[in-house]
Amino acid sequence: MMTNPNGIVTQGQFSFLPALTDVQITSQIKYALSKGWAISVEYTDDPHPRNTYWDMYGAPMFDLKDPAGILMEINNCRKTFPNHYIRVMAFSSQHGVESPTMSYIVNRPTNEPGFSLVRQETEGRNIRYTIHSYATDKPEGERY
Amino acid sequence: MADKINIQALLEESHINEVLDALDQDLIGLVPVKQRIREIAAYLLITKARLQLGIEAAKPSLHMCFTGNPGTGKTTVALKMAEMLHRLGYIRQNHVISVTRDDLVGQYIGHTAPKTKEIIKKAMGGVLFIDEAYYLYKPENERDYGQEAIEILLQTMENYRDDLVVILAGYQDRMATFFKSNPGLSSRIAHHIDFPDYNETELLEITTLMSDAMHYNLDENAKLAMCEYIQKRKQQPHFANARSIRNALDRARLRQANRLFNDAIQHKKQTTAEDLSLITEADIRASRVFSASQ
Repeated sequence: MMTNPNGIVTQGQFSFLPALTDVQITSQIKYALSKGWAISVEYTDDPHPRNTYWDMYGAPMFDLKDPAGILMEINNCRKTFPNHYIRVMAFSSQHGVESPTMSYIVNRPTNEPGFSLVRQETEGRNIRYTIHSYATDKPEGERY
Repeated sequence: MADKINIQALLEESHINEVLDALDQDLIGLVPVKQRIREIAAYLLITKARLQLGIEAAKPSLHMCFTGNPGTGKTTVALKMAEMLHRLGYIRQNHVISVTRDDLVGQYIGHTAPKTKEIIKKAMGGVLFIDEAYYLYKPENERDYGQEAIEILLQTMENYRDDLVVILAGYQDRMATFFKSNPGLSSRIAHHIDFPDYNETELLEITTLMSDAMHYNLDENAKLAMCEYIQKRKQQPHFANARSIRNALDRARLRQANRLFNDAIQHKKQTTAEDLSLITEADIRASRVFSASQ
């Protein structure tokens, strides 16, 4: 595929780049903290792009001053779910924003089988398209 | 690699002399504490030079224990210590998270670990100051969750040495028992600093310093009364050194305000700026400490 040369799920920021190193993650967290955003760590094993509600790994972290604590949490999550997607989210509570401001994947399964395109023939000669992840054929927790 | 390093330049660029001078000025007495802190500062500076020249590979352990009676300035010194460590580059943030047992230990099974971790995450990059640390360990209750908090702390103190400095504080005798029952904790603490009690002259100096900071003056008789007050208060239970002095001053301010108010309303007296900042003998002598001893 020309558009996705790495053959990996591309969601959120930096997903077309090579995986972020811990140093790079730390500086991203530092940026978010400098803006006063609350940071949370989330994981899932359903890579569908419309799967917006991932599982929270611990509570969102408010009032932190240093990225080390968040990196510790990311590494704990990696240890617990080595073969899941893990993302770091930053949430801005500023009036009028009140929504996630950053989101990037920091951990992904070693092997990502990708998606198939399901064509459903409907009324007339219309076709409805569905993106189906090969991974989700298996039950949750056994996918990767 | 250079084999020479300018300690003088290192000292100047870190600006720790300002912190040490501030420590000398702001804190009365505590000579052994100041001495120890100067020693630690020198040690850290030299270690920094060694790190830069590549003689030393790992950062030294910086966890500390402050022991002493209440009101001897442990928290104040912890704040100064954080500033010093920050200036020397041993911690990234100049912040002190001050906690007690309640903030670390949960109320039911499974509550302690997340609670302790939450606090540790908040303190990361700076100093975690645990006041009354001996409360974490309650030997009379073997199912107490304090032990769990201690274990998590131990693990963090070891694994995240670069990210977190833990300062434990508490009364000397109770901390000694605490360390005896948690040898792992004791061996991970590099610096034990003991805070001596203030003597009466020092307490009087503290009174002056505190009243100056609040913009109040004590007249000569009030100072004499304060002297007597300190002697009497020291004999009574729950004497908390500088904190007791602060409380005494706060109550004297209350009585002074009351006196000025009555003078103005009942006797139609004019109040001057001097009156507003003057604490007299009567304001201090009205204390319960004097009536109780008679």
